[in-house]
Amino acid sequence: MEETKLNLLDEALGLKNMKDNLWPLCGRFVFVEDSVDTSATFVLHHIIKRSLSSHLSSSVIFLSFSHPFSHYDRILRKLGCNLAAQRDNSRFFFIDMLMLQCPDDGKPNHDGLAAIFEKVERVVSAVHPDNKKFVTIMIDDISLLEVAANGSSNAVLDFLHYCHTLTSEFGCALVALDHKDIYSNDERPALILEVEYLADILVNAEPLATGLAKDVHGQLMVLDKGSEHENGNSSHKIHNFHFKIKENSIEYFYPGTIMN
Amino acid sequence: MASWSKSGSSFSRNSSKNPELKLGPNATSLISSGIPDLDKILGGGFSVGSVIMIMEDAEAPHHMLLLRNFMSQGLVHKQPLLYASPSKHPYLFLGTLPSPNPKHHHSPHPTHEKDLRIAWQYKKYFGDPNLNITTSNGGQHDYCNDFDLRKPLERHFYSGTNVDCVSIQDSPNLDALQDRCAGFLAQFSRNEGNISSAGRIAIQSFCSPQCKYSDMEWHMLSFIKSLKGMTRSSNAVVVVTFPPSLLSSSCSKRLQHMADTLLSVRAIPDEDKELAKLLTGYQDMVGFLNVHKVARLNTQVPVILDATTFSIKLEKRRFLVLECLNQAPVDGSSGSSYGTSGGCSGSTKSGSLDF
Repeated sequence: MEETKLNLLDEALGLKNMKDNLWPLCGRFVFVEDSVDTSATFVLHHIIKRSLSSHLSSSVIFLSFSHPFSHYDRILRKLGCNLAAQRDNSRFFFIDMLMLQCPDDGKPNHDGLAAIFEKVERVVSAVHPDNKKFVTIMIDDISLLEVAANGSSNAVLDFLHYCHTLTSEFGCALVALDHKDIYSNDERPALILEVEYLADILVNAEPLATGLAKDVHGQLMVLDKGSEHENGNSSHKIHNFHFKIKENSIEYFYPGTIMN
Repeated sequence: MASWSKSGSSFSRNSSKNPELKLGPNATSLISSGIPDLDKILGGGFSVGSVIMIMEDAEAPHHMLLLRNFMSQGLVHKQPLLYASPSKHPYLFLGTLPSPNPKHHHSPHPTHEKDLRIAWQYKKYFGDPNLNITTSNGGQHDYCNDFDLRKPLERHFYSGTNVDCVSIQDSPNLDALQDRCAGFLAQFSRNEGNISSAGRIAIQSFCSPQCKYSDMEWHMLSFIKSLKGMTRSSNAVVVVTFPPSLLSSSCSKRLQHMADTLLSVRAIPDEDKELAKLLTGYQDMVGFLNVHKVARLNTQVPVILDATTFSIKLEKRRFLVLECLNQAPVDGSSGSSYGTSGGCSGSTKSGSLDF
């Protein structure tokens, strides 16, 4: 494996522990939250890149609801990762969900989402058993999944639960993004609360309290709820830092410092 | 060197063939919003393949100003247009579109204007290719025209077959509109590289209460979702205006997330003495424009603007002008000692206005 320079986000996600050649997010659920002002899609890009470079047989299953393949291809190319080539090598599975719309016939929309899950499961089961631990399942926008399911948050939760079983069953990693501010005025935002509860690592991107700035694009809060096999003691770790997004990299730094 | 000159020539060929299209960053193409200042603010114009949402103010129809210029610009460029509105006869709205003014070249800074004039003179001497294809109407082949809001658009621009109007008032759901949009966008489906023309879709007051589907929030959201999906793979720009105050806050937030470019307009409260003291040129302003989000196709870098709030002014009651807010010189008591022009962008949390 190539030596890559680790940054604060890698540290916070625990990507520095590359012991035993194991993908550190294996079996874990990373939940990324953002808002209208500050998009956190760059966290997904970062994890795609790290995941594909972590191991020679690692793979990513990407459920895209908000952008076509060309968008991600261009971004990742600038980050030094050729998605088109990885797709041809069957290491990057892009599932285009842009036009997904579950039939709205009053019944629960299991048909539509169940079909997607079957698709994901089929890809996972096609992977060699030894390499299942290096599979990352990524959903780029849960709120659009909700829209596609005609607002049935139960159907979405079921879908996420099913995906979550893959993490415990095969050791896949699950990464999902949702927009937190959508639910801020809900009386009982069941969906986001439940997903936050399920998640092992929460990543929260927020704008600076003092407003948007050219040098600091926002702040990240990463909460690692700790994994069970860490000697049994629950170790909640919170990392706070600022970030600045560039085309080919992202700068992370502690508040008040600027990395050069 | 060879590759450079090659790309340079292809660029100029492209621009001379399609003056209404401009190459943007990250392999995107841009078309004009019809407002020169808005183009400048957004970094060139609207990205082809993006959805622009304008949040309306219930108290003033300023979103119509943006919509009219957007539609007019498309018609002047002979780009096909699909217009949907909740009125009974949307076709009548085309009669209110502004007409391009070939002579007027707006520029807020006098020095800048001088430079511009020299540049224009040089253009004549160099025999710019654009001039050769210029027809009867002087400014017809500019990327962006100045529109005279008091002069209606000549009829021949919108009497052709490339304009389609849909009334969304009586339809029980959005399926019909979705089919129309799908049919319209199918003409512009994107094949490798070559963009011959771009289409424009304008949807006015999307969730207004006179539409029968206005209480079906998920239906409206899924319409916008699929509209966005279709737009992404076609050479078209969609502008949707909606009144956020009539929606639940979560639905409005969802729409804001789906927008690639998000703008909002706000009326100026009548006789707000405090604001009048604070801002120069308060008398000429008709409203505020907020830029919340700028489209970032093919890139992860957010666009951070110097200022996010602009005043909407009507110059000589004819031309739409957007300006940064300028703080009037104030006495020390009111605090702020920052620069004179609105250079700092502020957060949306801090208050209703930022300077």
